[in-house]
Amino acid sequence: MGRVSATNFMLMGNYGLTKKINLLFGLPYVKTKASAGNMAGQKGLQDLSLFVKWVAYEKHIAKGDLKAIATGGYSAPMSNYNADFLPLSIGLHSKNLIVRAMVDYQRNHLFATASYTYIARSNVTIDRNTYYTTEMHYTNEVKMPDASQFNFRAGYRSETIIAEAIFNQWTTLGGFDIPRNGMPFVSNKMNATSIGLNVKYETPVNGLSVIANGSTTLAGRNVGQATGFNAGVFYILDFSKKMKKEKKADGKTEKK
Amino acid sequence: MKKIFLLVTILAVLITGSALFNSCSKSIDEQNMDYPMINPIRVDANAGTWKPILLTTANEFACATPIATTSPDYIVQLNEIKSFQNQITTDERKLVEYWGAGAVLRWNEIMRELVALHNLPPYQNPDGSYPFPSANNPLAYPTFPFANPPYAARAYAYLSAAQYDACVGTYFYKQQFNRSAPFNVDATIQTLLPKSTLPSYPSEDAAVLGASVEILKLMFPGDQDYINQRAEEHKRARLIAGANVRSDLDAGEALGKLIAAKFVTRARGDRAGAAAGNATLWAKLKSDCIARGETPWISQEAPERPPMLPAFGVVRAFLFDSLTLVNSIRPPAPPSTSSQKFKDETEEIYQITKNLTREQLRIANFWADGLRTYTPPGHWNYIAAIDFAQQSFSEARWARNYALLNMAIMDAGIACWDAKNFYYNPRPMQMDPRIKTGIGLPNFPSYISGHSTFSGAAATVLGYIVPGRAQAYADMAKEASVSRMYGAIHFRSDCEIGITTGNKVGAFAVARGHIDGAE
Repeated sequence: MGRVSATNFMLMGNYGLTKKINLLFGLPYVKTKASAGNMAGQKGLQDLSLFVKWVAYEKHIAKGDLKAIATGGYSAPMSNYNADFLPLSIGLHSKNLIVRAMVDYQRNHLFATASYTYIARSNVTIDRNTYYTTEMHYTNEVKMPDASQFNFRAGYRSETIIAEAIFNQWTTLGGFDIPRNGMPFVSNKMNATSIGLNVKYETPVNGLSVIANGSTTLAGRNVGQATGFNAGVFYILDFSKKMKKEKKADGKTEKK
Repeated sequence: MKKIFLLVTILAVLITGSALFNSCSKSIDEQNMDYPMINPIRVDANAGTWKPILLTTANEFACATPIATTSPDYIVQLNEIKSFQNQITTDERKLVEYWGAGAVLRWNEIMRELVALHNLPPYQNPDGSYPFPSANNPLAYPTFPFANPPYAARAYAYLSAAQYDACVGTYFYKQQFNRSAPFNVDATIQTLLPKSTLPSYPSEDAAVLGASVEILKLMFPGDQDYINQRAEEHKRARLIAGANVRSDLDAGEALGKLIAAKFVTRARGDRAGAAAGNATLWAKLKSDCIARGETPWISQEAPERPPMLPAFGVVRAFLFDSLTLVNSIRPPAPPSTSSQKFKDETEEIYQITKNLTREQLRIANFWADGLRTYTPPGHWNYIAAIDFAQQSFSEARWARNYALLNMAIMDAGIACWDAKNFYYNPRPMQMDPRIKTGIGLPNFPSYISGHSTFSGAAATVLGYIVPGRAQAYADMAKEASVSRMYGAIHFRSDCEIGITTGNKVGAFAVARGHIDGAE
């Protein structure tokens, strides 16, 4: 099937409730495509995510700022897309509860951030009334394993520029392996370790910023080896002094 | 410090919240754990007089005269049940209920599971050729078998036909020996299942088990440990239930195995072993098609894979001979690949893919029955299981009905593969590369649709067995058929002629049903 590519158009929002608490949302529209073979690409509104981000602790230590940030979130599919057509499905269609603990330290313009995220996932339903994992199941409901993510990033951060190197590790806590020459399934044990670079530049034009990033998979299990490059443009629509909406468009390629 | 406490508290609340979210929603009730226990309205005590499939007579194979229920050996066997019943755990109760739903049903389900496990095509060799699984070395890659739809159709048919003949033999000897069930001999034996009024020697459960084990080992020779383990579990469940003593089971199992051996012999000589064909055959199918002035089917896989089981059409059918197949069942030629009708049918599929609704995609997915599934024949076996379970059939009637269904499905597969390889017609996306599929593309010629032929046959037989549902089965078959157009892998002619061809094959099974003595 050649290479699988996915294009995302993301609507994002950020609302500062207090100085320490932000409300965020994101809603991507995703389009997938295979470069060869006869499998049809998929497209649609994916999952709406809502987050509460709370700066729980702040201290000036050794000429730098230390912050502890807690984030809680929820995401749910916004359309009845077909999750049972991997790798071309636009998502896995589970509802997720997301909890993240993050520590950030910045001194002058240099910073380092580490975070751990736990994603509790609901069961999903598929269009079939039976399916096989490591045994036969007589139901259209699939038990989804939870997942965790460890993320470390470090680099340069100023008012107008962020340049960072990223290490990311996604681990599915359960699930099963794709059999040889079989098709992927929603409840596979999908693991990936990747590294990447990310640059964000806020242009002199008010509200307009550009981003560019690239990443590559170092190790994976039941996932495609993704080497991707994204470029995107954000435009901030300032509805009030506190409320900001951001539009983002980017593209991602993934190698199969 | 206070803030850290607050942070910890919030994290704790969120983690607890996610744990609740999990425990509330993650447990799943699966349909196959809800079947009622066998408790027949008609006990079919005369099933020993029904017409067998391969047995010359119901008593072709001997069954030893049982020991008397007053003998010391029988008392030992009653005590074995009592020791099992001394402390029955919850798991053991579940096991008894699981198997109490019926031997034919559960062994059919085990075959469905093994079909799904083995329904994966071999991965190509480094040189771009494809390896073939070998029954003599089933555990080496590619593992044996590749349980594709024709393979599965044949496996289900042999399983069900052998189970049926095993029941005919068993019910014959039940009447001859008339030995009481253990719970009638000794009132202190508990019965965890509805009490059968039939004599218990030989056990029909064990006969079905013995026949099933032999057929499963033939079809899935790499899974013998699993098959044996399920057989032991089944026998233990019968003893715990107080339904049979050990000698009921031993005699039934031995008889079932002897009867199944006849089916194993037939299977070894039914030409399925050569169904994969060879390079000469593959080239001939293509050149014959070109010689007729038509565009031949070409594999759309990379690298090109030989067609799946192109000689399955010459496998020996259960319900008709090869002359009948060619003269009365083989469908007329499809629209010529150069005709306007063919162009119109191709355009129709392209238009479907362009305007596909979510409901059409759901239908395509529901009936896809592709890799790692029990295949379309398995899907119809599952539909039958759900409906048969509501009919309070006896074990013998379960066997008879599944045998009619699965012989028809296998023979529909033979008729379908005969047409596919006789006409060697291309798939829609070969003729129009704009067409992309929402489900897997099968690697064999298009005309006629396998799903449609299997479904047409199954709906005809099931409509005969459960007349009140005949229209529902016809509707399901139609949906299964049209799902292949929604999936963009078949033309309308493939589907419509597939259904009518399947209906014709199904009628042969119905005709057998009229004369087998079970009506």
